[in-house]
Amino acid sequence: MTPDTKRLTRPIIAENPITLQILGICSALAVTTSLATALTMCVALTVVLSLANTSISLIRRHIPSSIRLIVQITIIASLVIVADQFLKAYAFEMSQRLSIFVGLIVTNCLVLGRAEGFAMHNPVWPSFLDGLGNGLGYSLILIIVGTIRELFGAGTLLGFVILPTVENGGWYQPLKLMLLAPSAFFIIGFLIWIIRSWRTEQVEQPQYRVRLEAEGGRR
Amino acid sequence: MSELFLKAIFSENLALTFFLGICTFLAVSQRVETALGLGLALIAVQTITVPLNNLIQTYLLAKGAWTWAGLPEIDLGFLKFISFIGTIAAVVQVLEMTLDRYAPVLHRRLGIFLPLITVNCAILGGSLFMVKRQYDFAESAVYGIGTGVGWALAIVTFAAIRERLRYSDIPKGLEGLGIAFIVTGLMSLGFSAFAGVGSP
Amino acid sequence: MADLNPLAWWRRFLALPNDSGVKTLGVALLVALVSATVVSVTAVTLKPLQLANLERQRQARMEAMIAALPGMADILREAGATSLETRLVDLDTGSFETAIDLADYDQRAAAFDPELSMTLPREVDVAGIGRRANLASVYILQRDEEIALIVLPVYGSGYQSTIYAYLALEADFNKVAALTVYEQGETPGLGSQVEDPAWQALWPGKEIADETGAIRISVVRGQAAGPHEVDGITGATRTMAGMTNMLHFWLGDHGFGPFLARLRSGEISP
Repeated sequence: MTPDTKRLTRPIIAENPITLQILGICSALAVTTSLATALTMCVALTVVLSLANTSISLIRRHIPSSIRLIVQITIIASLVIVADQFLKAYAFEMSQRLSIFVGLIVTNCLVLGRAEGFAMHNPVWPSFLDGLGNGLGYSLILIIVGTIRELFGAGTLLGFVILPTVENGGWYQPLKLMLLAPSAFFIIGFLIWIIRSWRTEQVEQPQYRVRLEAEGGRR
Repeated sequence: MSELFLKAIFSENLALTFFLGICTFLAVSQRVETALGLGLALIAVQTITVPLNNLIQTYLLAKGAWTWAGLPEIDLGFLKFISFIGTIAAVVQVLEMTLDRYAPVLHRRLGIFLPLITVNCAILGGSLFMVKRQYDFAESAVYGIGTGVGWALAIVTFAAIRERLRYSDIPKGLEGLGIAFIVTGLMSLGFSAFAGVGSP
Repeated sequence: MADLNPLAWWRRFLALPNDSGVKTLGVALLVALVSATVVSVTAVTLKPLQLANLERQRQARMEAMIAALPGMADILREAGATSLETRLVDLDTGSFETAIDLADYDQRAAAFDPELSMTLPREVDVAGIGRRANLASVYILQRDEEIALIVLPVYGSGYQSTIYAYLALEADFNKVAALTVYEQGETPGLGSQVEDPAWQALWPGKEIADETGAIRISVVRGQAAGPHEVDGITGATRTMAGMTNMLHFWLGDHGFGPFLARLRSGEISP
């Protein structure tokens, strides 16, 4: 694998922003109640992330350190405003459902985190790939969570009925918990469990091990 | 007013109901003292920025804000993301300098997380909700304090639980981040019970 | 020679050490300028599209509501109308306003213009909208000189967004012909169900007021009992409360109340 392809594919599972880097979670969860909103958010964030990484990498040699953070935020905020305007013009109903969460991409730790952590110190093409890769990793998690929540919470997927609900004359009693906030947390928690059982190098070491005295533990 | 305040702390808690500020929430909650310090700093920033942004929105950005200059048609609403972030960044910078001067230990302990308050979704989210719900100045102030207190409450409680979790025997794949997500989910479920409680 | 100068200036600027005052100011200004230009150009270029979207959505909702009412399409055809007639109503006096040109009037914008609107005092503002335009649009369908159907645009604070709806009343100005929610940002899957046809189908036939004229229509938790109540949506208590408050405001004294009272008594006619 060329270094470029690796840069693109590593953030998808091996260094997934949500399940490993703890970045980008904020806006992730509230929009995953339906797959359509989750997908729109994924596209918006991936576009903003890639373009932000590219622009910041373009001018990285000339940003004075005292205004570094605010320059990055300005660039990101402008890109988010542009993305929001496009959504309002070309995908109006979707933008209404997303309400304030597109705006919150401005403060999405993932975008700023990659800008500061990667784009500031790397050339343009790798930065673009890094942005794209992280966007894809983020999208993967969002799509999985969105699919589970919409399918089991409402019986539909992208609006198409898969499991006809009791309310509409079918047989499926929807799990209303899936439409509430906590379910997203549980799903991601279990996803992390699954990923780490497969890729055991991601497992965190426990801070303390409690052992019985007979096993050599001390009081 | 009191209903708005209680709603902001409990049933519409920014961290546990709307998932704002979760990155910092998960990353800084290893110890109760640090969480408490961050919580207090966040209350300070939120209390100042939400009413301040309300003034900016009303007198600079909203449609009709420039009527006094004879330009009632001007609607600068699309600039709100960047103006709000600007004020937040400025307030955090001032807070950082104040802490450095008067509480250096806390300043050192908070480290990188103080500037990270600037990009805490909860701070920007509070201001954006204030605009969407069209609060006036007084309500913005109450909302600012309320949401700050709510977020601080959530992170301190979570830190306390995590300190205990350190001694628990957790399945390997769930250790650390995994169990943190599940505990947050449970806390969120608990806080959602407050939705039914309120004035008639 | 002259050509070289700006380029040379630019190169010299770029060569400055990053932390020098000139460079800092320069970079800051440039970034601000470029960002502002990009944002403004996008906003201005896309604005017509966005406004068209809003208008199209509003029209579509109106048409959907008419289509959903049983027999309404026939009545329209019978009356020889293809759509409803838009009129302006002065909310304070409860009468039709004929002086203003309909085409220029935007009720949402007017609500923020201090000359065309009023601030609602806290006790009165049950819908949580803060300000209210003095003139409101209504849409009427006339048949034989009488109003067969009137559509009132209403809006109010929901749980986490403003809910915009059309309330259609029958000729007695008390029975609900239909309710359509056309804009909302409530919790997807819960409060957002107010936009579902299945829930909106619960409204036709309900009555707004009782014999004394008191506004009684409300969305209740659980099952409705009686012609003044509508089944609520489980898990969306505050959205439901928002809907009830919105209707109480707009059907009350500071909304269309005076206007509807005068229509009922026959005091005014289109």
